Amino acid sequence: MSAPARAAIGSQGIRALVLAMLGLLAVLTFFPFYMMVIQATHTSEEILTTPPPLGPGVHSLHNYAKVVAVVPFWRNFLNSVIVSSSITALTLLFCSLGGYAFAVYQFPLKRLLFATLLGTMMLPWLVDLIPWFIIVTRLHWLNSFLALVVPSAVSAFGVFWMRQYISSNVPMELLDAARIDGCPEGLIFFRVVVPILTPALAALAIMNFLPSWNSFFYPLLVLTKAKVMTLPLVLNLLRGDPYRGMDYGVLMTATTMALAPVMIVFWLAARRFISGMTAGAIKG
Amino acid sequence: MKMARQQIGKVVTAYTYIAPFFLLFLLFGLFPIVYSLFLSFTWWKGMGRQIFVAFDNYKALFHDRTFYKALYNTAYIWVFAHLLILPGGFLVAYLLNTEYVKRKNLFQALFFTPMVTSTIAVSLVFSTLFGEQFGVLNWFLEGLGIQPISWFHGNGGWIKPVIILLFAWRWIGWNMVIYFAGMQGIDRELYECAAVEGANKAQILGRITIPLMKPVILYTLVLSFIGGMQIFDEPFILTGASYGYIGGTNQAGLTLATQLYEIGFRTGNMGTASALAYTIMAIIAVLSIFSIRLFAGRGERV
Repeated sequence: MSAPARAAIGSQGIRALVLAMLGLLAVLTFFPFYMMVIQATHTSEEILTTPPPLGPGVHSLHNYAKVVAVVPFWRNFLNSVIVSSSITALTLLFCSLGGYAFAVYQFPLKRLLFATLLGTMMLPWLVDLIPWFIIVTRLHWLNSFLALVVPSAVSAFGVFWMRQYISSNVPMELLDAARIDGCPEGLIFFRVVVPILTPALAALAIMNFLPSWNSFFYPLLVLTKAKVMTLPLVLNLLRGDPYRGMDYGVLMTATTMALAPVMIVFWLAARRFISGMTAGAIKG
Repeated sequence: MKMARQQIGKVVTAYTYIAPFFLLFLLFGLFPIVYSLFLSFTWWKGMGRQIFVAFDNYKALFHDRTFYKALYNTAYIWVFAHLLILPGGFLVAYLLNTEYVKRKNLFQALFFTPMVTSTIAVSLVFSTLFGEQFGVLNWFLEGLGIQPISWFHGNGGWIKPVIILLFAWRWIGWNMVIYFAGMQGIDRELYECAAVEGANKAQILGRITIPLMKPVILYTLVLSFIGGMQIFDEPFILTGASYGYIGGTNQAGLTLATQLYEIGFRTGNMGTASALAYTIMAIIAVLSIFSIRLFAGRGERV
């Protein structure tokens, strides 16, 4: 056998090995989701048999009916939408305004304010937790979305992120041109700058929407009534006492219902999501 | 005159623009940091008088055996999870970056999927996979002739491995994407030069890829300290903490963050809980500074 032919076979072998390893990892990644969907189609009795069901069953509707009978699931879904969208919208507004001011203007205390912001960016969230809880309790925001939305409406990283983007993507000449054309200072941002910011805003939106959609610890402390709960909380509620047994089929149905929309949206725009969620690392 | 007016207009606009951010940031970002430091020096049950106790909360914490248990568990989970996540993520990124893989974006999206899901949802899924009488994993083990494992009971010895697997499963894709982007950023010419000089794949990896990836690895390491030392959702769900079983059997799944929940929100000792929060912050800071030193110390600066 000639040397190139041997090399070609060796390279084919490596190729197969590489793809096999990636394939195996893909299977391991998706197996839990597969089991979730499968169990959502079975009753708890079926799931508790040996061997456990590995293929689809016929009890999806029965499980669905039980989910919506036990908890106000769609209400909880709507709550999650309201909370996450409000947080995202406010963050985009406040962070792009703040980032713009830091990128474009000179003003007294600018350096001090920016240094403060940078200094708190990497702090662990546990440090904020107890004072946050005390503040929202004092404001009588228990069982109110305000407890989640208002404190999360600002992000130090978001301001930093928008400032970096505006500094490197918005030419000062553009702002001067707008001034010469008679655009009031306070409106330049909205008329001229916002259209340029779309990619940065999209990334920031993803960075804020997903964590608030999936957030558990903070809502757990303030939302105690089933009607106001967000999705992660209602899943925890549905699960009940793990040492007394639970209805696995019903629980996995609710879990599937909670995960499916996010996964579908992710798969429709995977590139965008991935770059949004890792943006801090790659560009920041 | 016109210039001066324009200048004032700019300053007014600037302050107007940063005002909403800074007002909220002051109340919910800055004040809590200072206030929890203050609280950590007081004895306070959330209402009534705050009594200044100096370092008593810290002393109580450092004499509390459950604190060391939580610290040990958190460190254990961090170490073993990140032995899977960091080298694993690097390996997967390296494989993806080879010429053998065509659909790189598809694979990235596949491995990234667990990251977009709610930790609560996937923790519940894992708790059924690791079910004791009916779980798929035990059934599989039985098929291999291995005794089924009591994942959450027994002496609690399997609780941490389950948390580690869940955590690694969720985070490997995120680290992979970061490493992959870093590798894509390395100049192709460097590889070609090395190949012309006769370097083999291992030498290229050890002498070019890894050294150039050091800042990226450091970044993922520091972020992993911030995330890993505060791990809450996974142990909370897997040990059934909602119903008071904080930490599960033998408290084998008790972490620093779940202990903070226990102290602050079940026992209601806001002072001690704040002291714990500051202790966790100190641990993260020390680990981060240590790894930055370590990375900057060897050869070139990061």
